[in-house]
Amino acid sequence: MKFNRFLAVLGARNKEFWRDRAALAWNFLFPIMIISGFAVAFSGDGPDLYKVGIAGADSTQKLHFEETKYIQFIPVTDLSAAITKVERHQLDMLVEPSNHQFWINDTSPAGYVLERLLKGSDEGFKRKAVTGAGIRYVDWLISGILAMNLMFSALFGVGFVIVRYRKNGMLKRLKATPVTAFEFIAAQVVSRLWLLLSVSVLVFICTDFVLDFRMYGSYLDLLIVFVLGAICLISLGLLIAARLASEELAGGLLNAISWPMMFLSGVWFSLEGINPWLLKLAQLLPLTHVIDGARAIMIDGAGLMDILPNLITLMVMTAIFLAIGAYTFRWE
Amino acid sequence: MIPFLQVDNLARHYQSVKAVDGISFSIERGRCFGFLGPNGAGKTTTVEMLEGINEPTSGSILYQGKPLGNRFKDEAGIMFQTTALQDYITVRETLKMFQQMYPRTIPLADLIESCSLAEFLDRDTRKLSGGQRQRLLLAVALVNDPEVIFLDEPTTGLDPQARRNFWELVRSIKKKGKTIVLTTHYMEEAYVLCDDIIIMDHGHIIAQGTPDELLAKHFGDVVLQLPIADFSADCSQFNTQKKGDVVEILSNDVDRTIRQLIELGISLAGLRIRQRTLEDLFLELTGQELRA
Repeated sequence: MKFNRFLAVLGARNKEFWRDRAALAWNFLFPIMIISGFAVAFSGDGPDLYKVGIAGADSTQKLHFEETKYIQFIPVTDLSAAITKVERHQLDMLVEPSNHQFWINDTSPAGYVLERLLKGSDEGFKRKAVTGAGIRYVDWLISGILAMNLMFSALFGVGFVIVRYRKNGMLKRLKATPVTAFEFIAAQVVSRLWLLLSVSVLVFICTDFVLDFRMYGSYLDLLIVFVLGAICLISLGLLIAARLASEELAGGLLNAISWPMMFLSGVWFSLEGINPWLLKLAQLLPLTHVIDGARAIMIDGAGLMDILPNLITLMVMTAIFLAIGAYTFRWE
Repeated sequence: MIPFLQVDNLARHYQSVKAVDGISFSIERGRCFGFLGPNGAGKTTTVEMLEGINEPTSGSILYQGKPLGNRFKDEAGIMFQTTALQDYITVRETLKMFQQMYPRTIPLADLIESCSLAEFLDRDTRKLSGGQRQRLLLAVALVNDPEVIFLDEPTTGLDPQARRNFWELVRSIKKKGKTIVLTTHYMEEAYVLCDDIIIMDHGHIIAQGTPDELLAKHFGDVVLQLPIADFSADCSQFNTQKKGDVVEILSNDVDRTIRQLIELGISLAGLRIRQRTLEDLFLELTGQELRA
């Protein structure tokens, strides 16, 4: 690989992107608009149903408190995970009947109401207070939106552009130069990668400034997940564009891949409880692993080792996409 | 001596279509070599195989005695029939981009001067006129100071003045001793620029030689043209052909033909005499007009 030739293609592609103001603005504005829209739409109070975790729920002894209507009692097995959920307002209260203790979040109005109800129904429970701000839908959504934007930008920004280059003869012109297919593809990957990451970082910073996202993990870990995710999705774009010369067909194929990913990878809603075979299908989609990894870092404070299966899956998928893409690539 | 480019039994088949069907020829260094033929004759396919863009079905191409390889890529300059350039970059940036791709290049200033690019050097390539775009594409083809330059229908779509300006550029390249391979629809262009010509049809070579050799070999006559309205008498003694509003008399002896026309009382006020051209040769050989 000659670095000069790689830089020549990279430089020209970067200039093309930065000077195409309409496309550039859209790349930044689209995710910001979606996140802002959802932040406004879901800024009100949640449903009135209270959620109470009951630790050791298999005990035959039921509390009077558990007979209260309009409260959803959720059996929990992992006490420390449930306490974290109370801290993040995902549970309004956690009760451990066997040890006669309960946890509430001092900053939660629901917790205050539930404490009064518990004390009115059952006596002798020891109060344990935790603190922490609640997880809003928008906190949950941000990683999904950023990953979705990554997907669209990678698939269409690489796949569609290469098909256009092939159709209008630009690739044929490059084939006539000493530039190799590897140098050309590497330039496309790098050009799109740093663009995707700068857009994602900027969108994150801008929306975080306004919405103040919850972030319990490491920013570096989050960046690593997005880097691996971006490379994987760019490779998928390259694979689709490896041979096609019709923009219409490429557009159709890219849509056929991106839309199921958008709905099955958990961008908008949690995949828990969906049809098991759909869940298995979702595991085959790279976007699922980007979102799962990013969300685990942001909301659960997971480290890289916790999301290792997601990271390995992304790397294996990247290797497969790149290998097939490079093997089937044609200039014309 | 090893020919500069040697082609033997070259063929390119697309399923049942034989686009190029076993042709052989050689190109000498420093010559301008032209391919003529109607659309679908196989000239672009042939040239694309010479450029290394299209893989031959069979046959061989040797560049200075060796198969086309990395050295050929470094030493060849190509101007395709249609080429898109990177959008949103200027003429100067386009040249710099292509310069970066080659180990040996000529200075940008020389390129700008020789292809007359100075007046639109900082213009976005999307905003160039047809002639300016062709000059830029030629400059891109010359950026690596090539030994051989391929020009595939370089002046198609240009107005007559832009075409003549382009011819001047090609002549100046020739003067530097470069080898040029040209395809064209324009017989005049071929006559003006080419040292050697191949006429192709249906994937075969149907004539080959210098323009003057070919004309001398196929034609010993000249053409007298008269408006059809003036040509009313019985003229069966002449070898004629009708072309629109004009009758063309093919004659081996101009003086005698003119005397005969005067004797017949035909007005010579609209008479024009012309030499046979490659257009006539083409018509004679392929039985069809050149389809541009």
